[in-house]
Amino acid sequence: MSNAFEELGLAEPLPPKDEAVEIGIIVGGSLSQGLDVRLTGNGTVEDAKVGTFVTIQGTRHRYFGIITDLSLESADGRLSSNIANADAAMAEVLSGTGTFAQAQVTPMLMTGMGEEEPQPARSLPAHFAPVNRATNEDVQMIFGEEDKTHIYIGSPLDMEDTRVCLNLEELVKRSNGVFGKSGSGKSFLTRILLTAIAQRGLATHLIFDMHSEYGWQATSESGYAVKGLRQILQSGVSVFSLDLESARRRNLTPDYDVKIGLDEIEPEDIAILSSTLGISDAGVNACYTLYDRYGKRWIGEFLGMDASAMAGLASEGEHAGVLGALRRKLRDLDRIAFIQPEAPSGGGAVKQVLDHLASGKHVVMEFGRYGNDQMAYVLVANLITRRIHAEYRKRTEEALASDAKQPDPLVITIEEAHRFLSGGIASQTIFGTIAREMRKYHVTLLVVDQRPSGIDEEVLSQLGTRITCQLDNERDVDAVLKGAPGSRELKGVLSRLESQQQALLFGHALRMPVVVRTRDYQDFATEMSIPGYGRGPMGPGDKKDLFG
Amino acid sequence: MGQCHQLYESPALGTLVRAGEDVFGVVSGITTTALDPSRRVIARGAEVETEAEIYAAHPQLEKLLRTDVKIAITGHREANGVVHQYLPSQPPRIHTFLYTCTPDEVRSFFGIGAVPRLDFLYLLAGFGGSGDDAMAAALRNASQAFNDPRAFLIAASRTVAMELSGDTARINAIVRRLPIGEGTI
Ligand SMILES: Nc1ncnc2c1ncn2[C@@H]1O[C@H](COP(=O)(O)OP(=O)(O)OP(=O)(O)O)[C@@H](O)[C@H]1O
Ligand SMILES: [Mg+2]
Repeated sequence: MSNAFEELGLAEPLPPKDEAVEIGIIVGGSLSQGLDVRLTGNGTVEDAKVGTFVTIQGTRHRYFGIITDLSLESADGRLSSNIANADAAMAEVLSGTGTFAQAQVTPMLMTGMGEEEPQPARSLPAHFAPVNRATNEDVQMIFGEEDKTHIYIGSPLDMEDTRVCLNLEELVKRSNGVFGKSGSGKSFLTRILLTAIAQRGLATHLIFDMHSEYGWQATSESGYAVKGLRQILQSGVSVFSLDLESARRRNLTPDYDVKIGLDEIEPEDIAILSSTLGISDAGVNACYTLYDRYGKRWIGEFLGMDASAMAGLASEGEHAGVLGALRRKLRDLDRIAFIQPEAPSGGGAVKQVLDHLASGKHVVMEFGRYGNDQMAYVLVANLITRRIHAEYRKRTEEALASDAKQPDPLVITIEEAHRFLSGGIASQTIFGTIAREMRKYHVTLLVVDQRPSGIDEEVLSQLGTRITCQLDNERDVDAVLKGAPGSRELKGVLSRLESQQQALLFGHALRMPVVVRTRDYQDFATEMSIPGYGRGPMGPGDKKDLFG
Repeated sequence: MGQCHQLYESPALGTLVRAGEDVFGVVSGITTTALDPSRRVIARGAEVETEAEIYAAHPQLEKLLRTDVKIAITGHREANGVVHQYLPSQPPRIHTFLYTCTPDEVRSFFGIGAVPRLDFLYLLAGFGGSGDDAMAAALRNASQAFNDPRAFLIAASRTVAMELSGDTARINAIVRRLPIGEGTI
């Protein structure tokens, strides 16, 4: 084109201020099915990618959307039979004329000209409206700039220098989920979220750290050391350990060596483990009977019974076989090293956790070798969470009654969440309750899982923001997207994520769904280690104002 | 329709011609027939060696036969000199002289500087059949007026592809008549 302008003796037009690259024009579509965009320009067919963030310039509105599908079209319905083998010249002639590429764009947001806040897209741009690749400024306008409540989480595809920010304040208002198959980057993303929330002081954490990777240093797949919360936030984080040996092996001294007393275990804790332990319904009922009779010390009493006491119990209506089986199962529990006959005097782990949380410290509960022991993990997470929740509930109600300060928000992180939230048990477990009641009692969940299809549908639908890396199973993809606006279109996007360090984010903490390449964790950790980073007046946003 | 002053002396297929001062067209067909449509042309030459000998032996043929050219009108020039590639408001009159356009005229009809003007293809595409041959010939001629003939032909072919969208076979037939394959120009 440039020589055309020269020939005409005209100056070339100046490039627009924000260098939007046109990728196509609107040729059809609907709000429900998405817009058909005919790709124009050179080489864009292979450049346009699913997940690419675009803007559409209408006459009175600007629209924002993402590419959710791509297709090759031809004006000639019999193209394939009409030219079996086009030569290069013919291909050059037809490309963009008789044959062309089309993108499906789902419009998500719109703004009026020179207008405030982007709104959900409720109208459509007209035919031939130009579609541009979103610019830096577009992304910033939608996702905000990093500040006290926003954290830079990653960059849109092919926009390495652009930052997508997550609204942490919105995030902590509800329970959230991080999903992805093994090795897709869930733990890294979770680390970023946890650290950012803690560092900005938006909530306290209780983390059930199944694989002992959040508290102290962990090792990445490629072998380098990865800073944990304790290293970044220092004494603001307390590490509780269920496996002292594992901590010692890593030359670490936990803040608290967790012991759980048999007398702290209630029948509800056994009920949730019934399928793991293979306890029948009759066995679970027997637990409640024993609890009614012996109170807190029911397991100890039961395990200590001699033959005649057992016979006596059986004569009172419990089936002897059921009792025998239950005893064997409960002995398995008793054999776990961190389980003791009685809770340590002065209050056990629950009280310690509460005390640390009350003083504003984040608690990471490391499982060490018990991370691979489903029974231990489920038992401890459930037992502690039930009591913590009861306490928060009590405090909230008291505060309401006396007009006092409400408890600070608490975020409980659980890995392999489907173990607590599967369809069968979600309605009974404390985690199901927390997910459903939002933050009524100031407690929310951060659910981390690689098998979201294993999680109760209702619980999934309660998650405010869902962050999902690649999933290798269609059922999981469907489960994660269920109930999300535009889920049909997002499915195409989600199933095309790269296998590592890419994620689709959608929900309350973002104005619109977006695919990002997750930011590098090492950089993040370094930044977060700067005291007061992003919180004080010298946050990154302010720096920019000062320098430029 | 035009008639040549001399038998067989027509401009080539696809040539840009000007009728009078301001109407342009492209030679889209050439035919030679008897002047009197009621008299059939007789095959001659059984007794001679070459075609030229026939005409030498029958000088009256030059008067009895005539060569017609069919002109597809492709545009016109306004009084102020602006060229448009669409039909003039009136066709040229009978006995308007036809001129073969000069290279300068060819250049300014088919392009503004290096930018091709291809709206005339819409008029030519309407003819179909041997009109496509005329179109290809016209494009071949026109391309010679540009510094980069291949670029012109590609741009023209793309316009053709849009005019004939949906008829890949016909587009292909036209493109094959143009020297745009690798190394042909
Ligand atoms: N943001 C990131 N920065 C740097 N490296 C990353 C990032 N995200 C992922 N990785 C790389 O991907 C690897 C796997 O990530 P991660 O351990 O988070 O997977 P995961 O989904 O938690 O897997 P699993 O289900 O097995 O626990 C990491 O070891 C690291 O090398
Ligand atoms: Mg992990």
